Amino acid sequence: MVDTMDQIFVMSKHWLVGLAPTQGQPVVSALLSIAALVIAFATLFALTTLLERKGLGRIQNRYGPNRVGPYGVFQPIADGLKAMTKEDIVPSTADKVVHFAAPLVLVVPVFLALAVVPVGRDMAALDTDAGVLFFFAVGAATELSVFMAGWSSRNKYSLLGAMRAIAQMISYEVPLILSAVTVIMAAGSLSTVKIVTAQAGYWGIVPRWYVLTPWGLAGFILFMIAATAESNRSPFDLPEGESEIIAGYYTEYSGFKFALFFLGEYLGLFAVSGLGITLFLGGWHAPLPGLGWVPSWVWFFAKLLALIAVFIWVRGTLPRLRMDQLMGFAWKLMLPLALANVLAAGIWRFMAPGLARWLVCSFLVAAPYLLLGRALAGRKQLTKRVYRFAD
Amino acid sequence: MTWSFAILAALTLASAVAAMTLRNLVHCALMLMVTLAGLAAVYLQLGAQFVGFAQILIYIGAVAILIVFAILLTRGSEPPRQSIFSAGWVYGVAIAVAVFGLLSGVILSSQAVTHELRPPPEATVRQIGIELMGKFILPLEVIGLLLTAALIGAVLIAMREKEGKTA
Repeated sequence: MVDTMDQIFVMSKHWLVGLAPTQGQPVVSALLSIAALVIAFATLFALTTLLERKGLGRIQNRYGPNRVGPYGVFQPIADGLKAMTKEDIVPSTADKVVHFAAPLVLVVPVFLALAVVPVGRDMAALDTDAGVLFFFAVGAATELSVFMAGWSSRNKYSLLGAMRAIAQMISYEVPLILSAVTVIMAAGSLSTVKIVTAQAGYWGIVPRWYVLTPWGLAGFILFMIAATAESNRSPFDLPEGESEIIAGYYTEYSGFKFALFFLGEYLGLFAVSGLGITLFLGGWHAPLPGLGWVPSWVWFFAKLLALIAVFIWVRGTLPRLRMDQLMGFAWKLMLPLALANVLAAGIWRFMAPGLARWLVCSFLVAAPYLLLGRALAGRKQLTKRVYRFAD
Repeated sequence: MTWSFAILAALTLASAVAAMTLRNLVHCALMLMVTLAGLAAVYLQLGAQFVGFAQILIYIGAVAILIVFAILLTRGSEPPRQSIFSAGWVYGVAIAVAVFGLLSGVILSSQAVTHELRPPPEATVRQIGIELMGKFILPLEVIGLLLTAALIGAVLIAMREKEGKTA
């Protein structure tokens, strides 16, 4: 029974593939995987838009959507219908072909990236030896999409937003990949499935997740910060800062094309969170030894929703960074820390298990952080800001 | 020659031609990216996963963005008024055809084509990693050193400009 629930999607897929003629089976298998991916993550997207608006409303002391259906639960459906029926306006000076292609160039690679994330036991749509490399390779296309959208709109706000977005994405891709490298070193594989397998088992009741090692914790924090910046979310949402440059590269998009951008952005967030779960949080493994009976895909999506909750919380709490702060943070703090973390992970790999390994690696992770933090803060007196009217 | 290869080759060649002939430089750069993606797809079709993904990551993710930035920061993206072909295009075509003829003649007459093809060696990402870390560790380290030097050099150039500005 436990196994049946765990493998229910895999088994139903095998059953459906078995119905097809032998010749068409690879095609049917691929189509089924794609359909499952699209349906699952599009549903999650609808759910997340609602959760985000409700959560932000809660943080900002207001209700959030509460008109459509009980507690506003049908809001995503209403939003979807609105986006589809809205007029699609293309500026007369815009570059029509590039303007049209930009949202597609965003959404298609993001779905491709989701394919390598194992969402449960035996549930990776694409199990390739170079999974992590594949993920980052298709992720490169999103920068292109942002440029295409910004340039083709012939609008200075769009172009400014695109330039900001590309500068930000390129800068934060370096710490993102470097923090992922530590896990690749520890697991000895680029395959996402093998990385999850390498985190199976428990030390007593503590799971063998990479996040529970000194370099893993540092890597996870660096990875999630870089992921926030990669997906242009607050506090790194300068490319679309509506109070500065209207909405950046989205300015000239309306109707369904805008909805596609919105979808692509959220799916990118799911993809990079899913990779974070795979790399650091043990993928679909249960957090405690006795909880193995809960299906593996439940654990994956529970972890994903928990990470999304953190993203919403951060968005509701932190103010937006300034452009120079953004760049300085990536290059002066995150890059050196990520490099030091790679060194720590390498030493962890070759030292015998024990207390000495913990002490040495914790020192290697903590010392650069403290030293760099002190050096960068300099003689600036950083104190709590006192608000005159809103204490 | 399989169908998928034919489609990929046609797409790559067509986008390469478009990259040379389109009037708007940004369109040319976008077409060049299609060409590079097509090349990556050909690598993947040949079973070279690592090269294929690295091609996408480096050429589309970094080089193409660099090209686009260079176009936007220098000439502007307005199409040129005069013809995009230089006056001496006839000689260029003649030289290109001559080089292509010579090369294909040499390749066709060499023994490499007539030889029975050996089965291609297994080149999984895992093996490439082991080889890079074992047999080819010295070249890897040298390249790493070279790239680090280039990186520091770039930073130095950027810093000097800033000093000049303040002085």
